[in-house]
Amino acid sequence: MSFDPKIIGFLCNWCSYRGADLAGTSRVKYAPNVRVIRVMCSGRVNEILILKAITAGADGVLVSGCHPGDCHYVKGNLNAMRRIIGIKPFLGAMGIEPDRLRLEWISASEGPKVAETFNSFTEKINQLGPSQLNKSHNCSND
Amino acid sequence: MEDIKIGVYICHCGLNIADVVDVEEVAKYAATLPAVAVSRNYKFMCSDPGQSMIKEDIKELGLNRIVVASCSPLMHEPTFRHAIQEAGVNPYLFEMANIREHCSWTTEDHKDATEKAKALVSAAVRRVYYHQPLEIREVPVNPNTLIIGGGIAGIQAALEIADSEHKVYLVERDPSIGGHMSQFDKTFPTLDCSACILTPKMTSVGMHPYIELMTYSEVEEISGFVGSFKAKIREKARYVDEDKCNGCGVCITKCPWKAASEFDMGLGERKAIYTPFAQAVPNIPVIDTEHCAYFLKGKCRACEKFCELGAIDFEQVDQIVEIEIGNIIVATGYDSFDPTPITQYGYGKLDNVYTGLEFERICNAVGPTNGKIVLKDGSEPKSVAILHCVGSRDENYHEYCSRVCCMYALKYSHLIKERTGAEVYQMYIDMRCFGKAYEEFYKRLCEEGVNFIRGKASEVTDRAINEDEEGKLIVCGEDTLLCKIIRVPVDMVILATALEPRADAAEVGKLLTISRSADGFFLERHPKLDPVATMTDGVFIAGCCQGPKDIPDTVAQASAAAARVLALISKGRVELEAATAVIDEEKCSGCRICNLLCPYSAISYIEDEKVSRINEALCKGCGTCVAACPSGAITHKQFTTEEITAEIEGVLI
Repeated sequence: MSFDPKIIGFLCNWCSYRGADLAGTSRVKYAPNVRVIRVMCSGRVNEILILKAITAGADGVLVSGCHPGDCHYVKGNLNAMRRIIGIKPFLGAMGIEPDRLRLEWISASEGPKVAETFNSFTEKINQLGPSQLNKSHNCSND
Repeated sequence: MEDIKIGVYICHCGLNIADVVDVEEVAKYAATLPAVAVSRNYKFMCSDPGQSMIKEDIKELGLNRIVVASCSPLMHEPTFRHAIQEAGVNPYLFEMANIREHCSWTTEDHKDATEKAKALVSAAVRRVYYHQPLEIREVPVNPNTLIIGGGIAGIQAALEIADSEHKVYLVERDPSIGGHMSQFDKTFPTLDCSACILTPKMTSVGMHPYIELMTYSEVEEISGFVGSFKAKIREKARYVDEDKCNGCGVCITKCPWKAASEFDMGLGERKAIYTPFAQAVPNIPVIDTEHCAYFLKGKCRACEKFCELGAIDFEQVDQIVEIEIGNIIVATGYDSFDPTPITQYGYGKLDNVYTGLEFERICNAVGPTNGKIVLKDGSEPKSVAILHCVGSRDENYHEYCSRVCCMYALKYSHLIKERTGAEVYQMYIDMRCFGKAYEEFYKRLCEEGVNFIRGKASEVTDRAINEDEEGKLIVCGEDTLLCKIIRVPVDMVILATALEPRADAAEVGKLLTISRSADGFFLERHPKLDPVATMTDGVFIAGCCQGPKDIPDTVAQASAAAARVLALISKGRVELEAATAVIDEEKCSGCRICNLLCPYSAISYIEDEKVSRINEALCKGCGTCVAACPSGAITHKQFTTEEITAEIEGVLI
């Protein structure tokens, strides 16, 4: 099946976005599917943004923030975690596989982890196939 | 509403982007996007001609939104914001697409990279369409500075700032300032006496009219933001009245109770009332309640009886002092690696196996042996082995190189040869003598007849296999230049132990909201171009808390941190985050969810009006309240739902 997943990555400005910058500076190669949207804190990402991403056709949504305890804004990342836990069953009820939403903690010094995360998540979405809301794909297995 | 005219500029970044991404194609594609008036590509957008290109287009074409697709916004966003501001456009009507760090440098396939670059540009264009001009707020900078840590880094930074007649609070956890440098005997490669060069600086700190020295104190809480921080500092009870004590030391002489001296790494003893060392600043003793008979058993009070000034005060309690400062320098230093877990080196089990810092005390004239290099039994060693990289360059402990061990090993070799004439063996992996006059020092030691053996020691044992080894410590390993397994019998072994992050570095990091790198040291804002700033504005780092370094580098970094603080003080005001959150009081239902979520208590509930309101001076723009508001009443400026949605749609082309 030829499928080129479109994945949105919400990365916090202080840890994960810098981690992704470090991956770049270190010339670590990874799958090009994750497109990064910078937010100041992972705690800014709510149900609305996640659902907007999915309804706009994203096959996967990654939210990444600072490790617990390292949040630049003290605890915004923990709010993100609670929201993600809360929204997953809701996605399931909508017929969207909950695995299409993933939360990761990536610090500014974890360039290689950015690559690993982007690669493994792309791989996971590849396995799941296109999201049923992704209108741009003519799924060959339909 | 005015017509939106967007200018898009695709940067080649030399070949960094253009080698992988088809910049022409991306620029052509950008020209087709809605509201784009002009789309260009250029070799270096950040250069003067690049910036001029944008400015001229703003003037000639009437552009009112700008997108630059180049490197990370964390690198050049300020550059371009400044440029468009000069051309009369609000700096927030700007967006960057990161097509270098997030695209050309990380994508193997050129076609994939070009497609990704298009998506990122499309996202930026769609997003910038919704950008609104924001007002840059400025607040005054409190000219006082807090320096945490009174080692050489903290001392240097404190003196630099205080000499400009700005107040410094220097907080030190121990009873005296001086840090590790005060424990050293000599300093490499000049063999300067450490105390001789440090104590004048310590004295200057103690006497400086602009330095408020807070020793035996710890920072408990930090709040606020650059320009106006507040700190709570716990001044631990010394049980000695600082105003009355004149440092005569009679109390120490008369105290009958002893404990292991931390300053002498446990090799010597101190009294229960003590100053850590003779040149301590301030020269005021403290009572160690864990070893003082009065605190343990309720009687003794010998110190009190003999103190003619009545300075002993058993009733003293910890004081919490609140101070207001504009900037903070963190100079908390390092811990010396404890080699006990490396059982094969016998530290803690075999006599005469010492860590680097312990040997430093043995060499020191006021150390436990009065500067005589002797074995446990009091005799002089005839041979000494120094094992390099104990805890550093070792994937089981620390992968990094501690940078100073090779040099201090050379220094010890010299001191041992000079004072005892003993044979010295150094077992090293690589000799790293990189600093000014360091290589020359290495050469000098080669000429002094030190035996350099390339190979990491595998074991230190007392199990002799022949007569020569009887009663000795045998260092086993491989001489990798001779390709030979060797056993070197010696009298004393010094482990060149690593420098590691402070055990409480994680807590200190949280206290100041500064991050740490993978090795556990505090993370600088940029590894090359901003090595003293942190991600938190107004918090700077200096010395070994940022990574292992020698004294010259520590002093240089401390001066750099001081210069950064002085720049802010001298400007007198600082720009604050404009991308804050604001509540639409028409929509606010007064549920107060945001009040509880805000980590800075920036949102308060206005009882009379039954709505919540954000104090913009306190808001740091994280957006957590925006995400949580059930009424959608809160807008996150520069990160509005509209803007992020446009970005989502743009990136999914």
